[in-house]
Amino acid sequence: MEQLSRRRFLKITAGAFGAAAAATQVEPMLRAADAPKGTVVEIPTYCEMCFWRCGGIASVRDGKLWKFEGNPRDPQSRGRLCPRGTGAVGSHFDRDRLQKPLIRTGERGKEAWKAVTWDEAFTFIAERMSRIKAEHGPESIVMFNHGVGVRFLQHVLKSWGCTGFAGPSFAQCRGPRDVGFTLTYGMGLGSPEPTDIENTGCLTLIGSHLGENMHNSQVQEFAAAVERRIPIIVVDPRFSVAASKATHWLPIKPGTDLALILAWMHVIVAEGLYDRAFVEKHGHGFEKFALELKSSTPEWAAAETGIDAALIRTTAREMARHRPASLVHPGRRVNWNGDDAQRSRAIALLNALLGNWARKGGLFYSQGMKVAGFPLPKYPQSAKPAADNPNGERYPFADETVTTGLRETTLTGKPYPIKGWWVYSSNIVQALPNPAETLKAIQALDLLVVVDTLPSEIAGYADVVLPEAMFLERYDELLTGWGRQGWLSLRQPVVPPPGDQKPGWWMAKELAAKLGVPECMPFKDIEEYLAFRVEKSGLSWQELKKVGVIMGPKQPTTIEEGLEIEFPTPSGKVEFWSDQLAAKGFDPVPKYKAPPQAPDGFYRLVSGRAPVHTFSRTQTNPLLHDLMPENELWVNAATAAKLGVRGGQYVKLRNEDGVVSNRIRVKATQRIRPDTLYMVYGFGHENPMMKTAYRRGASAAQLNTRYVTDPLMGGTSIHGNFVTIVKEA
Amino acid sequence: MSNPRFGMVIDTRKCVGCMDCVVACQTENDVPQGFCRDWIATEVRGTFPALTMEIRSERCNHCDNPPCVSCCPTGASHVEEFGRVVHVTANRCIGCKACLAACPYGARYVHPEGYVDKCTFCMHRVKEGKDPACVSVCPTHCMVFGDLDDPKSRVSELLRTRKWHVNLPEAGTRPRVYYLT
Repeated sequence: MEQLSRRRFLKITAGAFGAAAAATQVEPMLRAADAPKGTVVEIPTYCEMCFWRCGGIASVRDGKLWKFEGNPRDPQSRGRLCPRGTGAVGSHFDRDRLQKPLIRTGERGKEAWKAVTWDEAFTFIAERMSRIKAEHGPESIVMFNHGVGVRFLQHVLKSWGCTGFAGPSFAQCRGPRDVGFTLTYGMGLGSPEPTDIENTGCLTLIGSHLGENMHNSQVQEFAAAVERRIPIIVVDPRFSVAASKATHWLPIKPGTDLALILAWMHVIVAEGLYDRAFVEKHGHGFEKFALELKSSTPEWAAAETGIDAALIRTTAREMARHRPASLVHPGRRVNWNGDDAQRSRAIALLNALLGNWARKGGLFYSQGMKVAGFPLPKYPQSAKPAADNPNGERYPFADETVTTGLRETTLTGKPYPIKGWWVYSSNIVQALPNPAETLKAIQALDLLVVVDTLPSEIAGYADVVLPEAMFLERYDELLTGWGRQGWLSLRQPVVPPPGDQKPGWWMAKELAAKLGVPECMPFKDIEEYLAFRVEKSGLSWQELKKVGVIMGPKQPTTIEEGLEIEFPTPSGKVEFWSDQLAAKGFDPVPKYKAPPQAPDGFYRLVSGRAPVHTFSRTQTNPLLHDLMPENELWVNAATAAKLGVRGGQYVKLRNEDGVVSNRIRVKATQRIRPDTLYMVYGFGHENPMMKTAYRRGASAAQLNTRYVTDPLMGGTSIHGNFVTIVKEA
Repeated sequence: MSNPRFGMVIDTRKCVGCMDCVVACQTENDVPQGFCRDWIATEVRGTFPALTMEIRSERCNHCDNPPCVSCCPTGASHVEEFGRVVHVTANRCIGCKACLAACPYGARYVHPEGYVDKCTFCMHRVKEGKDPACVSVCPTHCMVFGDLDDPKSRVSELLRTRKWHVNLPEAGTRPRVYYLT
C-alpha cells in the first residue's frame, strides 16, 4: 500500500472537505441549545448503554435532554430501544458522574484525590509513561478496554509502541464460544450473533436468558417466535423469563450442560435424524465423532443432569424435526465452568447436525458494508512476544488478548514486567475473576490510568482518573455493523457534557501531543476524520448526520439466497473430529467431565443479567436505579424454609475460601433448583464515590475466587463457586 | 367517525417484563423520580419444577365505570370527551387522596407538587397520531392501543380471536386494559 506523507495527506483531506465544511456550520447540538422555548430538536446517534449499539434518536427540549427513542432505520433497534437505552438520559443526569480529572494524592485505594486540569493530568501521565518506556519498553504498558469510545486512545498507544490490549469481552464473555465455533467451522460468530430467530422453526436456548438479557433485536425476534408458537426448548437451572415462554423447560443441574448436549447428539446420530447431505458434503471425521458419542445415552445424561431421559429424547427429536430451520443459540456470556470452549464446540457440532449453517432459520452468514478508512501512519513493530499469552504457550487457541493473561504477567513479571495499565470504561475489579488478584497486580504498577464516566471500583485505585463525556455528549468512531445487511451508524453529540468531561477522541489527541506522536492524529478534530471516511465511501456526511443510520447493499446471507459456503478450517470442512485439538493434546471431540459436588451446607452460585442494567456500570443511573436499586439472592422456597430465611430478609454469602459478600436480600421463589442460588451480577459497589450504588446488593465477582481457566483459550469461569448463606445477626 | 373509546390489549405471552414501558413513560411524561404511572406485575403459579408465570405491564385501566371519578369532590378526576379516557385536571385537584383509596388497581400517586397523577394513555401523543410511549417503545411488541368500539381495530380483533382477562373484574369497574393469555 502506498505510504502517504503527512503533507500529501493534508492536501487530500482539504480537497475532500471543501464542500462538506461549508454546510457543517450549524451543528445539531448547537441548534438544540439555541432553539426557542417549547421546541424539540431530534438528533440521531447510536447507543452505548450496552454492546448491542442500537441506533436511536435523542430529543432535546428547551436545550435539555428529554428522551431517547429507537431509530426506525436501524437494524438493531428497529425503532425500539431496550430499557437501558430508553433510560440513557439518566446517565447524562447521573449525580455520581466523574466531573474533573483527578490525580491520587494518598495510597492506592484510599480515595484521596486532587482535581487537576487536563493539561496537568496529561503531563503527569506522559512523564510516567516515558519513564516506563525508557526502562522497560512501551510493551510494559497495557490496556483493558470495553466499548467503541476507546478507538483513538488505543490508536495513540499503539502508535507510541504499546502492544497489549484486552477486553473482558473475550476471556470473560463470548471468547469460548467464538473459539469453539472457529475450531469447528473455521470462524467465530462475532457480534451480534447471526441467529435467524425470526425464521426459525425451533429455538433452543442453553442458559441464554433472552428477555432478561436485552439483546434488543434478538429479544424482538424471540417475542415474535413466542407469538408464532414454534417449539422453544430452554435449558436453565432457573425458571427464567424465557423458560416461562418455552414448550420444554429443562431445569438442569449447573455444570452438566455438556452431558445434555452430547446426549442430544447421541439421539440425533443414533436415530439417523441429522442432515446427512450436509454432513457428507461438508463434514470431517464424522465416523470417529459418531463413535465417540456411543456411550452418551440419554439414560447416562439423565443421571448427570437431572433431566429425564425421555425428555432428552423428545427434545432432541423436536429440534431435528425442524431442521435446517432449527437453531441452538450459541449464547454470549458463556464462560461458566472453565471447559466452555469445548461446550461451545459441542453446541457448534449440534448445530452442524441440524445442517443450519448459512440456512434460513439457522445461523445466517453476517454481511457488512465497506467504509473507507482514514489514512493513518503505521504502528511501530515490536520484537517482544504478546504479554498475555507469550508465543501462544499459555492458551494455544486464544485468538484475542486474554485480560487475565495480562494480569498474570503483571503479577509475575514474566516474560517481561508490566508497569502501566490504562483502563478504559471497563470496571475490571468486577469484570475479572477474583478481585483480590487484580488488586495485588495493581501494586506492581508505576502507573494506573482510568478513563470512565463514573467512579467505578477500578477508578478508586487509579493514579489518574480521566472523566469521559457519556455517549450522548460525544462523537465516536463510526459503527460499521454486521448482520443480515451491513450498516453504518453515527454517534454524535446531542447535549454538551455537564462539567469538565471530555470525549475519548479529544483525550487521545491531547495525549498524542504530550507523548510526542502528534502525527498519528492527523486531523483537526474528529468531525474531519469522520466526514472524510463517510464522503470517501461515496456517502453524504450531512445525510448521515441527519438520519443516523445508512444501510449497506443487500448481499446473500443464506444458501437459500445464493450464498456459497466454505469453511476455513485446516481440513476445509466442518470438523466433527478436530485434528488440531488432538495434536495439542486436547479432546478432538468434546468429552464430559462431571463438575465438583457442593460440600454439605453449600450451594452452587450462578449469575446472570437483568434487563435494566449493564455490567456494573448503570447502577447509579437514577432511572435504572429506581427500577432495580440492588440485586436479590434467588433461593428455592423449600431451601429457604430449610435454612430458616424469609423472602425480603438480608443475608450474606460466604464462599469456600472464606470470602464474605456484602448483604443481599433473599428472594424466596419456586423459580430455581433447590441446590442452586442465583443473583444478577454487577452490584455491591465498593467505591464510596458511587454514592447511589455503594454497597447496595452483593457482588458475584467478589465471590468468584475458585475460577477455572479454560486450557484452550484462557476463558475464566464464573459459576465454579459454592457458597453458604450467613444470616445477619 | 364516532368518538373512540380507547383501550389497550397486552399480550402476556410476549411480554418479558423488561420495564422498558416504565422508563419510556417516565421520560416521556417527566414522571418525578421515585414514582411511576405504569409497572410490571409477575404472577408465578405452581411448585418447582411445574410452574407457569404471567407477566403483565399494568397502569390505569381507564375504566368504563371509574370509582376514582365518582368519588372526586372537585371534579378534577373526570372522563374526557375525546377517547373517554380518565383524566385528572392538576389545578382542580386538592390532593385529598379519595381517588387513591377508591382505585382498586393502585394506579394513582400524589405528585410532589401536590396533585394526583396517573397514566393518561399519552393523549398528547395519540392526538398527534402516535401510540402511547409504552406501546411504541416495547421491544416485544406486546401492547396494542386502539378504539374498542371500532370492530375493525386491531384491539377489537385481538379480543375476538384470543383468550383474555382483565384485572379484578369483580370490582365492577369495567377496566379497558385487557391481557391476552
